[in-house]
Order: sequence, then C-alpha cells, then structure tokens
Amino acid sequence: MTEEIIIAGFGGQGVLSMGKILAYSGIMQDKEVSWMPSYGPEMRGGTANVTVIVSDERVCSPIINAFDTAVILNQQSLDKFESKVKPGGVLIYDPNGITHKPTRKDISIYTIEGAQLASDMGNAKVFNMVILGALLKVKPIVEMTNVEKGLEHSLPERAHKLIPLNMKAIQVGMDNVKVE
Amino acid sequence: MGELKLMKGNEALAEAAIRYGCDAYFGYPITPQSEVIEYLSEQNPYERTGMVVLQAESELAAINMVYAAGAAGKRVMTSSSSPGVSLKQEGITYIAGAEIPCLYADVVRGGPGLGTIQPSQADYFQACKGGGHGDYKNIVLAPASVQEMADFVALGFDLAFKYRMACCILSDGAIGQMMEKVVLADQRPRMTDEEIKEKYPWATTGRKRGTPHRIITSLDLDSNRMEAHNRHLQEKYRQVEANEVRFEEINCEDAEYVFVAYGSSARIAQKSVQLGREEGLKVGLLRPITLYPYPTKAIQALIDNGVKGFLSVELSCGQMIEDVRLAVNGRVKAEHFGRVGGIIHTPEEVLEAMKKQIIGE
Repeated sequence: MTEEIIIAGFGGQGVLSMGKILAYSGIMQDKEVSWMPSYGPEMRGGTANVTVIVSDERVCSPIINAFDTAVILNQQSLDKFESKVKPGGVLIYDPNGITHKPTRKDISIYTIEGAQLASDMGNAKVFNMVILGALLKVKPIVEMTNVEKGLEHSLPERAHKLIPLNMKAIQVGMDNVKVE
Repeated sequence: MGELKLMKGNEALAEAAIRYGCDAYFGYPITPQSEVIEYLSEQNPYERTGMVVLQAESELAAINMVYAAGAAGKRVMTSSSSPGVSLKQEGITYIAGAEIPCLYADVVRGGPGLGTIQPSQADYFQACKGGGHGDYKNIVLAPASVQEMADFVALGFDLAFKYRMACCILSDGAIGQMMEKVVLADQRPRMTDEEIKEKYPWATTGRKRGTPHRIITSLDLDSNRMEAHNRHLQEKYRQVEANEVRFEEINCEDAEYVFVAYGSSARIAQKSVQLGREEGLKVGLLRPITLYPYPTKAIQALIDNGVKGFLSVELSCGQMIEDVRLAVNGRVKAEHFGRVGGIIHTPEEVLEAMKKQIIGE
C-alpha cells in the first residue's frame, strides 16, 4: 500500500500540522512516511501545501506530481491540483469560498463543510481536524488509535489536554463527509 | 536501541550532533537551514551535555570559531546555506591547510548570488572542487533522507578526525525541510579534556613544562617545507580516495541505462526507475553517497557490466556530470538533466529525459 496525498490551502488553516499529524499516525501504524512542504517566505494568508506519503515500503521520491488523493481547502489550490489527481483517485474539498467547482468525471469527489462544522463546534481551530476526519473516512489508511497516538506525538505536552477535542472534531469530519 | 521520531532533516542533523557528543556549534541563521540553530537553541544542549551553541556575529566569525575550537581537538561544527557557505570559504581553506578536523553542513539553495531560498544542487563544484584557494579537498557526504542527515553527523566527525580534515554534509532545502521517520542514536558522552590530550597529540591542549610547542597554522614561508606539506596533504587525499568511497546501487544488476543522482535528486530518480521499470525499461540508479571521494570505479564497473548510457540528474545546470564523464571517459553516452532556480524536477520528466537524451526514440 502506498498512498500519495496532497493537502493544500491557505497558510494558517493548519495544512502543515494536519499533514504532520497524519504522518505521525502513519509511523504509529508502522508505516514509512514522508512530509514535504512547499515552503516559502509566505506567512498567514499565502498558499501552503504539503505532500504526505504513507507507505508499506520505503518512500522513494517525497516530491511527486500525481496524487492518489487531494485535500483542497481553497480555490487557488483546486485550480492548481485538480488536474494532478491520478485517474480513479479522490478529491476532497471544502466548498467554503469555492466559486468554480471541480469538473473531472474520472475521479471520486467528496465535500466536507470543514469551516462551518468547526465553527458549529465553537472552535474554528479544529478546522483541520474536521478535514482530517473526512480524509480518514474516505481513505482509512490509519486506525483511530494510531491517530490518537499521532496527536500525542505531534502536539506539545501543553496541548495534550486538547486531544479529546481534536478526536471529536475528527469524528465530526468522518460523520459529515459527503459524496458530491 | 534508538528513538523513533518524525523530524525535519535540519532538526535531525542538530539532534544527532547533540547525541554524538559534539562539543560546540557556531552558526549564523540563513534559510533554508535556520532550523539547525533554532532547534539547538530550543534544546539547550549546554544543559543536556555541556555542548556550546553560539550564534556568531557573522559567518566569518562562526567559521573562525570552528577553526579555533577544532585546533583544540574539540568536536565542532557549523552549518549554513549557499551564500553563507561562500562567506566561510576563507576559513575552510585555512582549516584544510592547518589540518583541523571539523564538520560543516551546507543546506544548498538556488544561486548565484542571493538567489532563492528553494532547493538546489548548484554548489557541487564549490563543495567538491575547492571553493577556497589552494590545493585542497574536503570529504563531502550527500544525505538523501532525514535518517542520513542524522547518521552522517557521526560518520562525518569520524572521518574528519581519522584524516584531520573538514567534512561537509552537502544537503539541500528539500532534504533539510522535509520530515521523515528517523531512528536517533543513543546519547554518547562528550570526550573529556584528558581523553583529547591522550588521543590527539597535535591538539593545542595547553603546553606542559619541557614539552615542545604545538603550533597549528596554515602559514609556512619556507617553500621546501610548504611543498612537503602540500605533498603530505595530497598523500592523505589519495588515502581518502582509496578507502572512503561510498555509494548505493538500485536496480543496477541488469540495468542498461543508469541515472546518476545524489541527495534529493536521487530520491526523485528512484521513482523514475520505478516508473521506467513499469514500462519495461532496464533502468537503474547509482547514488553517490560520498561526492568527494567520487565513486568513479563504480561507474566504470557498470560499463563493464553492460550499461550503455548514464544520465546525471542534478538540480543544477550540469556540475556532477563532469565527474560522471571523467569516469565514463567516452566509452558510452553520458548526459546531464536538471531543473534550476528552485524548481524541482518531477520523476516523470526525469524519465522522459532519459528516454530522449540517452535511450533515443
């Protein structure tokens, strides 16, 4: 099993940390992983994306141009990455702020109202965990017990009290992801 | 046995230095290697092992601090990225002349000049062919994973002390910034002053009454002595070339066409090998781990084994290709492919280049 995932959105949405939690969860499940950010001088507001590969074998290139799954959190990223999903692959996006919907017919498309659901939970910061939940529902590449361990390893100790809230947000994401 | 973590390449390098028992790090921040000094500052290694971490006032100051602490037999290192490493070249050639063991990491970014903060491999010439003035060499290690960023700290220090010369870890923005699984070695104690005195008779550890001065310098105005010193350095480099070549071969057993690539490009080319094999092409990858000394004989052995062409894949306009061609010596085709300016080639375009430039339609 090799799952090649791109997570793309605005800086500040938690794209990179969501990727890190996913990668750590993979390690907890004894997988090989890589986490490759597109980084630059951008800060909050700029675009940010990260390629996460979770595999049973040693990961060869951490930099790739075709993805099994794309998790898309803004219009610019949709425009950039829709064409990069492999035929038969998966695209998950948050419709908030999307004006031109994806048009491909050869991939499976899902939506998750991440921003809305996080806001309903009273904590906009768990947005990325709602999205992670949606991804894990569609692609159950890691078990929930390992996701919890992944959170423990990737969050600083002082944030460990927030793990139950994060797990809840992941569950909300799993319950609300829809086939488009 | 080791601790499993998810870390950036730069962080793994820094953590490995603490665990190896490194005595001091002198540096100056620059993207894309700032995580090294950031991580070291955060970890407060002085409390963990007594390791000194100091942000110098400039790159020049940092490399000269390395010179001084290394002369005292301490395990000492610095790191920077391309423009900063250019500033350090004066110190590095002095270190070569004075035969001071030390480790420096270069997390290469695109140039020339201030260039870009994105990954590049365009400092191969600087690292392997000089950079500073004079007839000298540094051992150059090219990590292709976060694990190797950590492992090469120990290897680099061991080689630096074995041969009394500088060892460079030549990485780039991609290897430095990406996160992978890494198994960290256990903490080793730093060497005590007594151990250093005993082990390194050349080190400036303080003169006792009745013993001769130990002078560490790269200056000698007597031409005969200077020529002998140069011959001695060259003899040392021949030893390094004979004993320390390291490389990895992937799918080379039956390969007809071989990618030659190091560091991040090797990771990409490995995927190109996979894609090519799926199409039925007999392609393989030779990954130099030491860039100096270069795996010249490995390339020659591949030709003896039936390889019909090589594609040197680098994030540069063609630097390592010169060493590939020296090894190939006109026997088969050897060409270069690479994107530059911070753009990273994709596995698909690397395979395409192999088909077009080497295999032919």
